[in-house]
Amino acid sequence: MKKLINSPDTVVTDALAGIAAAHSSLAVDIENKVILRAGGPRAGKVGLVSGGGSGHEPLHGGFVGYGMLDAACAGEVFTSPVPDQMLFATKAVSGGGGVLHIVKNYTGDVLNFQMAAELADDEGIEVASVVVNDDVAVQDSLYTAGRRGVGATVFVEKIAGALAERGAPLAEVAAVAAEVNERSRSFGVALTSCTVPAAGKPTFDLSEQEIELGIGIHGEPGRTRAPLQPASAIVEIVMDAINSDMAVDGDLLVMVNGMGGTPLIELYGAFNEVSKYVTAHSGRIARNLVGNYITSLEMQGFSVTVCHLTDTLADLWDAPVDTPGLRWGR
Amino acid sequence: MDAEFFRAWIAEIAAVVEVQRDHLTQLDSAIGDADHGVNLARGFSAVQTALAAADTPTPGSVLLLTGSTLISKVGGASGPLYGTWFRRAAKALGDKPEVELPDLADALAAALEGVKKLGAATEGDKTMVDAQAPAVAAFSKAVAEGAAAPAAFAALTDAADAGAHDTIEMQARKGRASYLGPRSVGHEDPGAASSALILHALRDVAARQAG
Repeated sequence: MKKLINSPDTVVTDALAGIAAAHSSLAVDIENKVILRAGGPRAGKVGLVSGGGSGHEPLHGGFVGYGMLDAACAGEVFTSPVPDQMLFATKAVSGGGGVLHIVKNYTGDVLNFQMAAELADDEGIEVASVVVNDDVAVQDSLYTAGRRGVGATVFVEKIAGALAERGAPLAEVAAVAAEVNERSRSFGVALTSCTVPAAGKPTFDLSEQEIELGIGIHGEPGRTRAPLQPASAIVEIVMDAINSDMAVDGDLLVMVNGMGGTPLIELYGAFNEVSKYVTAHSGRIARNLVGNYITSLEMQGFSVTVCHLTDTLADLWDAPVDTPGLRWGR
Repeated sequence: MDAEFFRAWIAEIAAVVEVQRDHLTQLDSAIGDADHGVNLARGFSAVQTALAAADTPTPGSVLLLTGSTLISKVGGASGPLYGTWFRRAAKALGDKPEVELPDLADALAAALEGVKKLGAATEGDKTMVDAQAPAVAAFSKAVAEGAAAPAAFAALTDAADAGAHDTIEMQARKGRASYLGPRSVGHEDPGAASSALILHALRDVAARQAG
């Protein structure tokens, strides 16, 4: 696998340095691997901190800025950041209104953020946490680590970020974050695996004629394999999985997300199939995103995330945002 | 066993993890996300640097710095879990300058309890607990029965190896492998494999010192 990198050891810090050079609206602490808004915290505003393994760009660093996150902690590729980074970020964004941690439900992310929240509490910073778990490919039961947090993370960060920007208190920002998570469902499909730079070879083997259904965002294998088939049939599998867990009716926010290696021409084709499916199930796509927002390195594949909107959530979605990854209304 | 012994143990772990790095990552590719070997190698390398720069006069202080460094440097699930493992062992050893086999048995039992609590895992979940729990039980039993060090350490590693091997047939109920459901069966758990390596390093250092 060819990679445009200097070396596997510097791939994360090289990217952080590039983000710093490209975006003057951000302040990047390369040593701590934390991306912050330039200018520091606004007094009284709830700070939003997220983070996770690298390799999912633009998530999370690309969503730092006005109307969204205050800080993002970057771990090694597909590896959760450490509590020290999260504590550093939490202190840096604390403007006295408390801090919300947005955590994807993966064991490592949850354990490290849990430790960081305890450390922040020791230092007198009020921290609330929302754990995103929208992936319907995983059964939430005693026999798993629970549903993974995937595409809904983008919705949670945008909508909670908008409410925090309006000056809402921590409890309300945490509540809207939890509400968005509860109203959202996702399902992902891989056409190829991906290669972690330090590992040097693909995480799993997939033949030319196979696809992997129910993947997460770390190149981990999914639930089952199926033969490659037309986009309409693949989208139907995806949407049936979502629809059987939460009906895709009413006003919806829908994201068709590329995993990093799928061209937009294919993602738009998939969005067309999603749109037809939703219409046939009495739903209406009121808002949408089509593109690469939460990726798995160079994996070919896509995920669909559906969120049931309310008027309030739609209003917060439409609120101005100015980040490298999402920008409108300002 | 003094602080020097425990520093030698950590150095041995760092060396073994480096040698076994690709093997551990390979195990993790099958049912996880292909970073376990890389992360542990990075973590124990950082621990070596930290130990070289700090004054660690007691076994407890060696293990405490090891655990804290792993939590600070590794990330993922293995950082907090192994970090907690070493920190709990350290707290059990307290500030004794020399520890005996019964102290070590207690420390390993405390470490296991810490990991079970943090990870909410029990035996049979296909995790590092499945290598550690039988190892701790076998070691404690041997020590309680008055076994000499070589026999006690052999009991420790034999049980750890068997426990790690037994994870092959288990379906994962914790961690990232649990997302695979039945497809996690047929693969050794990488955390159980690395736990066995860590305990082997302990036995090897003890044997070298005795020899």
